[in-house]
Amino acid sequence: MASVTYEHVTKKFSTDTTAVDDLSLEIRDTEFMVLVGPSGCGKSTALRMLAGLEDITAGEIKIDDQVVNEMPPRDRDVAMVFQSYALYPHMSVFDNMGFGLKMRGSTRSEITSRVKEAGRILRLDQLLARKPRQLSGGQRQRVAVGRAIVRQPRVFLLDEPLSNLDAMLRVQTRIELQKMHQRLGTTFIYVTHDQVEAMTMGDRIAVMKDGVLQQVAPPREIYDQPVNMYVAGFIGSPRMNFLPVTISDHKAKASGLELNLPKAPGVEHGVLGIRPEHFLPNVSDADAAIDLKVEVLEVLGSDQYLYGKVGSDDLIVRVDPQLKVDIGDRVRLGLDMQRLHLFDAGTEKALF
Amino acid sequence: MGTAVRAKTAPAWHRRRVRIYDREAPLGYLLLAPTLVVLGIFLLYPFLFGIWLSVTDSELGNLGSFIGLDNFRFEWRNTDGVFYTAVVNTFLYTGITTVFKLSLGLIMALLLNQAFPFRRFVRAALLLPYIIPTVLSYEAWRWMFDPTFSVINWLLVNTHLAPYPGPNWLGVPFNAMAALMIVNVWRGTPFYAIAFLAGMQVIPVDLYEAARVDGATRWQQFTNITVPMLRPVLLVVLLLSTILTFADFQGPFVLTNGAPYNSTQLLSIWAYQWGIPGGAISLGAAISLVLFPLLTLVVAGVLFLLRRPE
Amino acid sequence: MAAVARVKVRRPGTGRVIGDRFVGRALRIYLPLLVMLVVTLFPFYWMAITSFKSASELFDFSVSPLWVREPTLDWYRHLFTQTNFPRWAFNTAIVAIASTLISLFCSILAGYSLARLRYRGADTIGWGIFVTYLVPPTLLFLPLTFVIRELHLFNNLWALILTYPTFLIPFCTWMLMGFFKGIPRELEEAALVDGATRIQAMVRIAIPLALPGILAAALFAFTLSWNEFLYALIFMNDSLVKTIPVGVTQELIHGDEFFWGELMAAALLGSVPVAVLYSFFVDYFVAGMTAGAVKG
Repeated sequence: MASVTYEHVTKKFSTDTTAVDDLSLEIRDTEFMVLVGPSGCGKSTALRMLAGLEDITAGEIKIDDQVVNEMPPRDRDVAMVFQSYALYPHMSVFDNMGFGLKMRGSTRSEITSRVKEAGRILRLDQLLARKPRQLSGGQRQRVAVGRAIVRQPRVFLLDEPLSNLDAMLRVQTRIELQKMHQRLGTTFIYVTHDQVEAMTMGDRIAVMKDGVLQQVAPPREIYDQPVNMYVAGFIGSPRMNFLPVTISDHKAKASGLELNLPKAPGVEHGVLGIRPEHFLPNVSDADAAIDLKVEVLEVLGSDQYLYGKVGSDDLIVRVDPQLKVDIGDRVRLGLDMQRLHLFDAGTEKALF
Repeated sequence: MGTAVRAKTAPAWHRRRVRIYDREAPLGYLLLAPTLVVLGIFLLYPFLFGIWLSVTDSELGNLGSFIGLDNFRFEWRNTDGVFYTAVVNTFLYTGITTVFKLSLGLIMALLLNQAFPFRRFVRAALLLPYIIPTVLSYEAWRWMFDPTFSVINWLLVNTHLAPYPGPNWLGVPFNAMAALMIVNVWRGTPFYAIAFLAGMQVIPVDLYEAARVDGATRWQQFTNITVPMLRPVLLVVLLLSTILTFADFQGPFVLTNGAPYNSTQLLSIWAYQWGIPGGAISLGAAISLVLFPLLTLVVAGVLFLLRRPE
Repeated sequence: MAAVARVKVRRPGTGRVIGDRFVGRALRIYLPLLVMLVVTLFPFYWMAITSFKSASELFDFSVSPLWVREPTLDWYRHLFTQTNFPRWAFNTAIVAIASTLISLFCSILAGYSLARLRYRGADTIGWGIFVTYLVPPTLLFLPLTFVIRELHLFNNLWALILTYPTFLIPFCTWMLMGFFKGIPRELEEAALVDGATRIQAMVRIAIPLALPGILAAALFAFTLSWNEFLYALIFMNDSLVKTIPVGVTQELIHGDEFFWGELMAAALLGSVPVAVLYSFFVDYFVAGMTAGAVKG
């Protein structure tokens, strides 16, 4: 069990490629922290620096209060689950899981009992003698997790551990990993590009873009109060609608909509952000209503999405699946004023 | 190897010692050391020493004194044009055999890439000439080229392809050179074939399927997909093969040893004849050293021919 | 085993094209294959039947020489009783095994170092090792005679065991670099995080996984040393230390007199070990070529 601290950590691969730029982040003991962002945003590099697989260009990484910048990976007492699982193909499942203990000089009986225990938890008991190539994708993934948990490390690092699983297995494994975290009570640092994984698993989420940390907050807060357009657009599916508006005093004007803002933002050009799920079917406030010209329909059973235009802007709206709509219809919808976001068009920062 | 806990509390000197092996540079050089030592003593040193030998009048067991470029001058002027013959032969030998090995190797690879019964066996059989010790198979060829009891001539005469008694293979300059080349092609083709086959097998099948859907003929598929996709393999194979053919010694030594009358003389054989039986080591070194710039030239030529198309 | 599987998995060509009749196939594939097989194998056939012919039959072309009428083992008996052939075979084996082991040791370490570790000069050295191809034995044998003399190794098998690696190491290193590069980096990273040192990660993860490549390199090295001729010709003058290629060409021919029966018997026997070895491991052999040629 341990806390992890990044203090102004920078990683440059060459003079003009900066993978991680001045990252400061504190991960509390026993926390489940998710680093999320698109590929190439530096999240994996941040994780690999913590594991000791990449040198740190500037700044410090601490595990508990110990600076680990110069410490070889084996002394950091962290365990890592790789995206490709990185199972040793020439070793049995048992030897794969026991490798870390063996390297650390554990006795044979200790290795056996701990590997058996982990095997039982992960339902791998019957597979311990098999080689990785004889396992299914899901089984391999469990072995990779098993290899990490038998070590009983201070920190768990998981680098996109679910991305090689099919959709159904991914949901199931997500839940298992959460249970595992609760049972072990160890610090987890989890890297993913999938915002759904981030939202469902993280105690807190750190959103990264181009090597720069954008926001760190619990999932609810990230969703409700994104600090900028990037975070707002990245979290939530389908993504938040953005409508460019011109503002004068309290009034915001888009191509097909006009509304009164709760307060004057003090900028001339803004971007209005409304999540698809934050439209109201019953228009009560005439001020904040739109006419959506429906172009495409998606009925998912539990939900119905309307893709269309308001004025000249594209818009996605989630409505009740029972609502009868046809392509070409004009649907009148209200905006949930409590859930409205406004961003500065220049800096893309959230105004409210 | 200590546990995490032990490492953390280990004394500073211990940790420093462990860390040295984690830094990649020292380990990298350490792992290279045996190779560099062996290559240094038995390759780099002799190479440099050979350059020095070539400008002295040394004999075996007797380091001579510096005589400048006399050995090279002697090579050029005082050998009745053998030097010239050897250089021309070396180029002809390499050039002509390479063309044949390349085209026959490609055909062989195309055939082996088809599905047919006993494919594994046929592939193994076709590779044999490349595996069997050169000197031994060349002795068989020499026996087949025997002036009076040539089985090749027996076959040629009995199938009426040649009048009795058939060509004198190793006794006539032109025939001898042809014989040298034929055997070299016989031995070298499988190497090309196997490398090409390996290259062909990593070409995705969808490329051919796409081309077939687009209406490409078999020949168009070959020129537009197979050949361009084989370029990297071709480069490596051509480089290796031209270098080895250029410096070939054992085959020509067994089959003709420069005879008749130096007509099949090659630089490698000639250097041996002067240096070892002739005892003029420094002159031999001067001759073999001529190989180096020529070889560099050939390699540059291959690299230029196969440069990445812009 | 991975390499064997890899080779087998590949499809044998694009298969049969619709409308491809048997006659067309026969003309296009079977006929040329047959011609190539005959040309390729005939010298070995000739080598074999010659070795079983009696002295009188050898030079009798009045009837077809393509078959043996009265097979005899005389030449083989003679080879084993009247010549040093058994000794040559023993020498060849010792030299081939020892130089293969030395070369493997050096090139596994060097190949790993150049393929995996990041340090300044790695590319230059890798390039330098490739450039040694430009310095073939033909260029080195004369100055090397001095080196061997200095070391007092004339007529000593060590002369060959130490000089063969000069052409084996570059080849094996280059081939093994391809294999090491094919092993995912994450496997070793996982081992490092699991508590292994860099050397442990190499010994326990990378080297076992490169085993097919190591086997292929061993096969190449063994074959090349078994076949080597030039150095053995120059450094080994005493009949008792000769290798098969040198012994056969130097001692079974007396001036103009060729003992073809004996010569072919020796050639056949000298070819058998490599041919057998190779027929067992042909897939590794091809995999080795693939790693070198395709990835290189």
